[in-house]
Amino acid sequence: MKNNLQLLSGNEALALGAYHAGVRVATAYPGTPSTEILENMARFKDLYAEWSTNEKVAMEVAMGAAYTGTRAMVSMKHVGLNVASDPFMAASYTGIIGGLVIISADDPQIHSSQNEQDNRHYARLAKIPMLEPTDSQDAYELMHHAFNISEEFDTPVMLRSTTRISHSKSVVNVNRSRPAKNKPAAFYFNQQKFVMLPVYALPRHAIIEERIVKLAEYAEKFPLNRIIKGDSKLGIVASGIAYQYAREVFSEASFLKLAMTWPLPEKMIKNFAGSVERLIVVEELDPFLQQNIRAMGIEVIGKEFIPAVGELNTRIVAESSGIAGLLPDSEKDDILSPAEGLPRRPPLLCPGCPHTGIYFTLNTLGQRSKLVASKEPQEPKLVVTGDIGCYTLGTYPPLSALDTTACMGAGIGQALGMEKAGVKSKVVAIIGDSTFMHSGITGLVDAVYNDGHITIIILDNRTTAMTGHQEHPGTGISAQGQETSAVDIESLARGIGVKDIKVIDAFDTNALRESVKDSLDRPEVSVIIVRGACAMRVRKRENPRKVDVEKCTQCNYCLRLGCPAIQGTDDQVFIEPTLCAGDICGICEQICPQQAINI
Amino acid sequence: MEKLDILVTGVGGQGVVLASDIIGEAALAAGYDVKKTDTLGMAQRGGSVVSNVRIGPEVRSPMIKDGEVGLLLAFEKLEAARWSNYLRPDAIAIINDYEQPPLSVSLGQGKYPTDGEITTALKRRTNRIYFVDGNRLARELGNVRTVNILMLGCLSVFTPLDADVWKKCISQRMSEKLRDINLTAFGKGREEMENVRIK
Ligand SMILES: Cc1ncc(C[n+]2csc(CCOP(=O)(O)OP(=O)(O)O)c2C)c(N)n1
Repeated sequence: MKNNLQLLSGNEALALGAYHAGVRVATAYPGTPSTEILENMARFKDLYAEWSTNEKVAMEVAMGAAYTGTRAMVSMKHVGLNVASDPFMAASYTGIIGGLVIISADDPQIHSSQNEQDNRHYARLAKIPMLEPTDSQDAYELMHHAFNISEEFDTPVMLRSTTRISHSKSVVNVNRSRPAKNKPAAFYFNQQKFVMLPVYALPRHAIIEERIVKLAEYAEKFPLNRIIKGDSKLGIVASGIAYQYAREVFSEASFLKLAMTWPLPEKMIKNFAGSVERLIVVEELDPFLQQNIRAMGIEVIGKEFIPAVGELNTRIVAESSGIAGLLPDSEKDDILSPAEGLPRRPPLLCPGCPHTGIYFTLNTLGQRSKLVASKEPQEPKLVVTGDIGCYTLGTYPPLSALDTTACMGAGIGQALGMEKAGVKSKVVAIIGDSTFMHSGITGLVDAVYNDGHITIIILDNRTTAMTGHQEHPGTGISAQGQETSAVDIESLARGIGVKDIKVIDAFDTNALRESVKDSLDRPEVSVIIVRGACAMRVRKRENPRKVDVEKCTQCNYCLRLGCPAIQGTDDQVFIEPTLCAGDICGICEQICPQQAINI
Repeated sequence: MEKLDILVTGVGGQGVVLASDIIGEAALAAGYDVKKTDTLGMAQRGGSVVSNVRIGPEVRSPMIKDGEVGLLLAFEKLEAARWSNYLRPDAIAIINDYEQPPLSVSLGQGKYPTDGEITTALKRRTNRIYFVDGNRLARELGNVRTVNILMLGCLSVFTPLDADVWKKCISQRMSEKLRDINLTAFGKGREEMENVRIK
C-alpha cells in the first residue's frame, strides 16, 4: 500500500488500529483521557460499540464477545480498571477465543482524575502482556500486534496509553485496512476453560504461569522492542512518552525502546546492558521497569533522579539528568520564571449550569461559606459527601459545597457511614446521573436496606457532561446514536424501596430549598432528583438577564452563585450578555434580594 | 526550516484546539513532521486552554520545552502573559486584544493585569509583540466565532507554509455553511498582519 499519512491523536490511532485489526465489539465507560477511543469506534458502522454502565460491565461484555471468537476491545481510564479489576483477573484465567484487548489510559499529572496510579502493575498482577506506544504511529501499529498476541497466546492483552499519548497528535502511516468479514460468532461448550470453579480455576492458574513464560520468550523477538545503537557510554531503557523525551534530551545515547513492557525480554535487556558503560531507565511514575530490571541482577538507576510524581517532559528529564551528572550543566541557563501575580483560570460550572442552583441552596442552608472562612476546623451543619463529575467543581468558592470526593459512587456509602458513626450533622450525598448509574445504585440499595436517614441528591442533567457529553443508561440513546430503552431513575429508586422521592426543577431555587429542608428532617432515606438539561446542550439562549443599576445596592449576593456570566470587575456588578444563558436559567433573578435582575 | 515550536492559547470555547489542529494539518500537508498536544484542564468551558504544535524534519516530544516557543498565538491577553516564560528570545507573539476576566477577578480576589503588565511580562523575552483587535474584526465580518481562524491568518504570515496550503486545510475542517466566512477571516488576518508589519 502507498503511504497514507494522517495526523492522528493517540486515541484516534488506537481506534483506527483496532478497526483495521477487525474488532467487532467495542465497549467502554467514558473517562479522560480514554473517552475518544470509543467515540471513534462508534462512528464505524460495521461493528458494535457501546457505552457500558461502568467499566466492570464494559469488561464483561467484551469478554463475552471474545468467548465467541469475535475480536473485542474495552477501553477505560486508569481508575476504571480498579472498577473492572474483578472480571479483568478472571479474563486472564479463562483466556479468550477471539482477541481481547484492554486499553488503560493512565493520567500522570492528574490532569483530570483523582490519582495518578501506574497501571503497568496490573499487567504483572494478572500475568498478561502489556504494550505501550510512544506516539500515534506506535499506537496504530501495536493494535495490530495486540490482537495477534492475544489469539496466539490465548490471553487478554493490555495496552497502556497515557494522557500525553492519547491527547497528542502525530503522523501515522495508515497502511492497513479492514479485513473482510470473519467467521460468524459461535460459542462452544468448554466448562474447564470458562467456568472458574475451584476445580477448573487451579489448573487454569498453571496454564497462565506457562503462558507468561512463553510470552517472555516471545518478547525477545517482538519486532517493536528495538535497540537503537548510539554512543556506548550511556544506555537508556525507555517506553511510552518518556522514550520521546529521553531521545530528545540524549540525542547521542544508545536506546532500548520497549514497546512490550510486560513480560520483559530478559536476554535482550542483558545484552543491551552489557553493550553500554552505564544503564539508566527513564520512565514516568513508578520505577516499574527499573525494579524489574534490577530483579534480573542488572545494575541500573532511574528513579534516583527522575521524579516519580507527575508527568515528565524534556525539561524535567534534562534537569534531573544534569543533577545526576549525566548531562553537562549548561541546561540550566536561560530559564525564566512564569510571570507573577496572574489570576488563575480554573474550570468552572458554566452559565446556566443546572448544578448551580442546588449548590447555592446547600451553601446557604449549610452556611458553608463560614467553613471556608474559619481558621479552626469546623463541623459542618450539613455534611455534603460528593462524587465525581462536573459537579465536583462545586467544591471551589464561592459555592464551597463539597466535603468529600474519593472515587465514582463513593459519596452515598460515605454519607451512610457518617450517619451510622453518629455525626451530629445532617448528611447529604450528591451524585450525577451518569455516576449514579455507574456505581451509585448499589450504595442506594445499601442505605435503604440498612435503614439510613441520609438524603441523596441525584443531579439529572441527562448526560455525562464532564467527559464531553456521552450518553448513558438514563438518556436512552446508544453510543452509536440509536434510540434504546431509557432507565428511569425515579422508578428505579422506588423499586429499591425509597418512599420519599422528589423530582425538582434545577432552576427553581424555592423548590430546591423547600425540598432539601423537608428531606433532611425525615427519618428515612430521601432521594431528590434535580432535573435540568446541561447548559452546553441547550442551543436557545434568549433574554440574557440584566442588572438594573437603579435598584442594585451592590450587595454582591449574586456573585455567590459563581456564575461566570456575572462579573464584578468594577464597582457595579454586570451580566455579560454573550455568556448569560437567559431564560433557561434565571437563578440570579430569583435570588437577588433587591429584585434588581431582570430581562 | 530547522524547527518551529508554536504555542496557541486562550480560554475554553475560543477554538484553540481547532486552530492548532489546522496548523498541524497544514504542516503535514507541506511535508513536515508534526506533533501537537492539547491541555484542556478539567472541564469543557471557561478554563485556560493551551496547545503545543511542533513542526520540523523530525519531532520527538509533543510538548515544547520552556524557552523554545518561536511563535505565540494568544486569543486572550491574560493567557498570553501566562506563557511568557515559554518564549525563546526574539519570539513572535500575536495577541488578540481581548480580555475575559476569570471568576477570581469578578469576585475581587484577583486583579486582571494591565496592558503594561502584559507587555512587560512578554518583553522579558521579545519585543516582537503584535496586538490584533481580533474580536472586533471577526464581528465586523459577521461572526465573532471566526476569531480563531482570523488569528490563524495573522500567524500564517510568519510561517514557511503557503497560503494555499492553509486555505485547503481550513476548508477541510469547516462545514459548508462556515467555510466561506472562515476563509474570509483567514484572509483578513493575513491582511491585518501585513499592515502591522508595514507600520
Ligand atoms: C472509575 C471512573 N470512571 C470514569 C471516570 C471519569 N468520570 C469522572 S466523572 C464521570 C461522569 C460524570 O457524569 P455525571 O455523573 O452525569 O455528572 P456530570 O459531569 O454530567 O455533571 C466520569 C465518566 C472516573 N473518574 N472514574
